Amino acid sequence: MAKIPNEQLIKAIADKFDTSVTVIGEPYELLTVETGRETIIDLLSFLKTDPELKFIFLTDITGIHYPEQEKPIGIIYHLHSLTTNTRIRIKVFLENTDVHIPTATVLWDGANWMERETYDFFGVIFDGHPDLRRILNVDDMTAFPMRKEFPLEDPNRVDKKDFYFGR
Amino acid sequence: MQNHPVYTDNDPQSELSTLNLGPTHPATHGVFQNVLQLDGERIVSGVSTIGYIHRAFEKIAEHRPFYQITPLTDRLNYCSSPINNMGWHMTVEKLLNIQTPKRVDYLRVIVMELARIADHIICNGVLGVDTGAFTGFLYMMEHREAIYEIYEEVCGSRLTTNIGRIGGFERNFNSRAFDKLRAFLKNFPKTLKEFESLFNRNRIFVDRTRDVAAVSAETALSYSWTGPLLRAAGVDYDVRAMNPYSSYEDFDFEVPVGDNGDVYSRFLVRNEEMWQSLRIIEQALAKLDKEPSDIFHADVPEFYLPPKEEVYNNMEALIYHFKIVMGEIPTPTTEVYHSVEGANGELGFYLVNDGGRSPYRLHFRRPSFINYQMYAPMSRGMLLSDAIINMSSLNVIAGELDA
Repeated sequence: MAKIPNEQLIKAIADKFDTSVTVIGEPYELLTVETGRETIIDLLSFLKTDPELKFIFLTDITGIHYPEQEKPIGIIYHLHSLTTNTRIRIKVFLENTDVHIPTATVLWDGANWMERETYDFFGVIFDGHPDLRRILNVDDMTAFPMRKEFPLEDPNRVDKKDFYFGR
Repeated sequence: MQNHPVYTDNDPQSELSTLNLGPTHPATHGVFQNVLQLDGERIVSGVSTIGYIHRAFEKIAEHRPFYQITPLTDRLNYCSSPINNMGWHMTVEKLLNIQTPKRVDYLRVIVMELARIADHIICNGVLGVDTGAFTGFLYMMEHREAIYEIYEEVCGSRLTTNIGRIGGFERNFNSRAFDKLRAFLKNFPKTLKEFESLFNRNRIFVDRTRDVAAVSAETALSYSWTGPLLRAAGVDYDVRAMNPYSSYEDFDFEVPVGDNGDVYSRFLVRNEEMWQSLRIIEQALAKLDKEPSDIFHADVPEFYLPPKEEVYNNMEALIYHFKIVMGEIPTPTTEVYHSVEGANGELGFYLVNDGGRSPYRLHFRRPSFINYQMYAPMSRGMLLSDAIINMSSLNVIAGELDA
């Protein structure tokens, strides 16, 4: 089957979710929508199970941090409908003080490590996740290193100063 | 497979024994730790611990201009670095709407398919080693060396290639590169045929691999598997065929699929993919004859690094060189997802750009990371020796797993 046109996709979502899902753009023909955490699982489950859309494949879950926004922490889902070769991107933004979102592991087993990675790097807490631990960083780390305030290198370290290298 | 086991059993009276498989075990071919609970030789539960070589590439990438991210991608799947490099370059080209000439596309296809063969040589060769047959591995490695020599002619390096530029290649392919490529195309099929006749109907090999770690298509899709693993489970999803990049639509090739996703199907799928890659390379060589032989990059002076002698002798080239290196050329504020078919599956680049000199956010969709998460759940009930060859056939590369 051919790619689902974005207009049809927007209409299908709007029929079901009304105003709780907003379209924020179509960069490079990839439809991007935004929703809140109350509707995210309903939206994902609708997209996955709808007989016309069939976004059965979870490509990726990741996070992003915009420190100057009111809702700084973003979670980004990429879904892929393999039969129609259509992709969609879904974003959810959360406030810094309340970084809870329901887990997508109820829909895809593969969401497990993707969410653990997002938790590890952005501190997003996925409610209902079976095993939400750090995955790539050490367990006793306290910071969430992909947030923008986390420096790339410790500004106080001295072992890389020029005079150690005769410069 | 919903409830993931967490190792808690400290009971001294327990009949079960605990085994630390890894982090540095000779049979795991990389830094992988699995804490397994064994009942005799059978695995009761397991927990994977990863991150031993985590190098924070996504964080580093937020502080580097586009060109300096290419060497980071080298170190993801270091068995097939050119695919990562070109995947990244194509992501930037998609961001900037750069059209590459057909000859660049075909040259890229040649290098990417060579990389795929090199990666599959390692995976299938090592699978043979783990089942007790060292011979096939040694015969095949000779040809990986031949591939690395072709890389050397094209870009000067072998493992972490840093090959190409935004818009094409840093230099044209020389005649030795084509000579070596033709020699490879002549010699490799014979060895691959021998390799197949050594394994495909070998009683010991088939007994060790058939029905081991079989995965249904539904489970594979639910775990977001891609690449040869998903195809071995019977789903014909291949990014090259579905979303062709770099002019893959011009080529005639087949997407091999397996039946039940066991270790044996994965082995066969990878072997067949090597044959298909050879087919693609031969077609690409034939197509190159019809293209002008002096074009090896797109005409995008704002993003393509000029040759060094021009930088020293030509005012304009010096300006462009400076602007590219300092990242002073405006780029669109948008986001782009681009994926290529890596040797292990869909290698995706999610790039959020704010117009600055480096990405605002860059996320790698690393197939090894996503494929490996099923390892512990699927090992339950399996014999330890089967779990070892299952790991080999997943072809998890530590660099790509941990990023």
